[in-house]
Amino acid sequence: MGSYVLRRLLGAIPLLLGIATLIFFVLHLAPGDPTAFLFGPGIPPEVIEQTRRNYGLDQPLALQYLHWIAAMARGDFGWSLTQGRTVSAILREALPNTIVLSLSTLILVFVLGVLTGVYQAVRQYTIGDNILSVAALFFYSMPSFWLAMMLVLIFALKAYQWGWPFALPATGITSVDYEFLSTAARIGDRLKYLVLPVTTLTLALVAGVSRYARGQMLEVVRQDFIRTARAKGLPESRVILKHALRNSLIPVITLLGLYLPFLFSGAVFVEYIFAWPGMGRVIVDAILQRDYPVIMATSFIFSTLTVAGSLIADILYAWADPRIRYD
Amino acid sequence: MTDARAASSASRLAGSIIPGAGHLAAGRAARGLTFLLPWLACASVAVGARHRIAAMPATGSLDDRIAVVTLGFLLVAIWVGAAFDLRSPPRVPGPGDSQWLIAARHFNRNRLAVAGSWLILALYAAMLLAPLLSPWDPIAQANISQTTFLPPSGQHLFGTDRLGRDIFSRVLYGSRISLTIGFVATAISVTLGTLLGAMAGYAGGRVDSVIMRFTDLVLSFPRLVLLILIVALFDRSLLVLILVLGLTQWPTTTRIVRGDVLSLREREFVQAAIALGYRTPRILFRHVIPNVLAPVIVSATLGIGNTIVLEAGLSFLGLGPPPPAPTWGGIVNDGGSSLINAWWVATFPGLTIVLVVLAFNLVGDGLRDALDPRLR
Repeated sequence: MGSYVLRRLLGAIPLLLGIATLIFFVLHLAPGDPTAFLFGPGIPPEVIEQTRRNYGLDQPLALQYLHWIAAMARGDFGWSLTQGRTVSAILREALPNTIVLSLSTLILVFVLGVLTGVYQAVRQYTIGDNILSVAALFFYSMPSFWLAMMLVLIFALKAYQWGWPFALPATGITSVDYEFLSTAARIGDRLKYLVLPVTTLTLALVAGVSRYARGQMLEVVRQDFIRTARAKGLPESRVILKHALRNSLIPVITLLGLYLPFLFSGAVFVEYIFAWPGMGRVIVDAILQRDYPVIMATSFIFSTLTVAGSLIADILYAWADPRIRYD
Repeated sequence: MTDARAASSASRLAGSIIPGAGHLAAGRAARGLTFLLPWLACASVAVGARHRIAAMPATGSLDDRIAVVTLGFLLVAIWVGAAFDLRSPPRVPGPGDSQWLIAARHFNRNRLAVAGSWLILALYAAMLLAPLLSPWDPIAQANISQTTFLPPSGQHLFGTDRLGRDIFSRVLYGSRISLTIGFVATAISVTLGTLLGAMAGYAGGRVDSVIMRFTDLVLSFPRLVLLILIVALFDRSLLVLILVLGLTQWPTTTRIVRGDVLSLREREFVQAAIALGYRTPRILFRHVIPNVLAPVIVSATLGIGNTIVLEAGLSFLGLGPPPPAPTWGGIVNDGGSSLINAWWVATFPGLTIVLVVLAFNLVGDGLRDALDPRLR
């Protein structure tokens, strides 16, 4: 087991290096200059030249690449071209917000997905199963940005207009008076702002998990040891929840690791619509303003998290299922 | 005997006038309706747009001409198809049926999937017939003070936007961009994915590990970020969008195909082909790839829906074809700033996306169940 983990970790290094190289060259082969956005017309060319030299943009591409890789290996992501502070400072601010959003979504997706999957498997081909299947496919087909907008329309704007007691905030992460609230009220405030973004992401992602859990459950239920458990006279709830569920959970766990990319791309839209100051917003803004160091750092971190997700999924799989041996 | 012959000739007569009527007279209602309803729909479009068709020779643009030709083709094709179908005896399931025929029969039993495929066909037809279906220009602005933010009504089915443009027409014309991108980009990605996967699985060894490492690399790159990056830095034209979407989606297909080819390579018929001394391309294209087509078709169908959502997302972020071109994502974005006073602007194009993608997903699921013998 230990050697397997080590081997996978070592294998991830060339992958990450490849990703970093891809990011760098896609960015630098693109037409246009990153400093073009910093200057209006009428700026003397010496100033532009000096700025380019300050950012190291006058050096040959290969040298820039080596500098960048070396700096990244030290954990130094450089300076933002547009915000006048280090990229690390921007990341320190944005990353926690995205992690709060993604983690709460991931937990909800897992719990809800497994629950509906098990329910559907136990009641296969009943009306409830069919309704849930169609509903899942419906949300699965929905673009997350539109779902977000409809939730805002109904639960924020219209709910406020019609005077519903639970009108939810549509943008931001805390109220204006957050600083003056008590600790309990602060937690409540943050939760209130989490509801709509997390609901959007969860609805968009839960369909895949529930469907997979249903399929796994149906496969496990047909196996011999379940028949044995029933033959021993165990109550059905124990057969399902103890024997079947445990065995069908293993592949679902791995699925969650593979879901990270979808979660991140969903987060880009959700953060954009709900003005959630996380990585998704940082990356979109940086791309639109051609802030090269920020783009490179954020997309590299996204890719690293994706690789880490599938790595953790594989390791969990090997750990949870004793039948699988990777030697 | 004579009665039966008389009845059959009567049904043939009816069928030679109105497609599907003959089937109805012969008691094959379901099959008759599949000809009759689309034909009636096309005919009513022709009747509804008769003034515009009449004015066509003088003023028609290329768009209009394509629409009229399509309409004429549909009317004739359905009629001919129905006439031929009426003459040929209904097929009975038998031992000599091909795999595809058996799959088609299973697919036809899945009502949701059949409904989905009808919806897709109708959409592609509507895309070509757009000039005859929409009474309004999708781009031109009329007197804004009178037409801005009109709620949905008989005149404007989906209402109008800030600039007084008819949302229904914009959604209709927007389908051209979305459906074209979805179809072409997926065609690119599926072709590329199948070729790479077949090569990796069949060649094995170093070729396999190089292709698969590269696949892993592309898979672990956040696709949306890559798309935004390329579209924002290069160009927002249709061509770039199609290429970018097509060239980033192949890894999933590659993985599926490679897995299947790995086991196919060891099968007797492939070994026999190798022993017969066939060249590798022939073995790949004639013996290996036809056997992996079923999962490829499924992943292509699901891929079109996926691509449409992604394209809408890019347009929503302002990275689609530039305005005033009508794109579904772009209209939703327009509606975002006027959600309170004009909910219809964002709602209807979004609903259209959901319906279209749902249709593709239903068809994909239906195909998966129908094409895989284990799932039948």
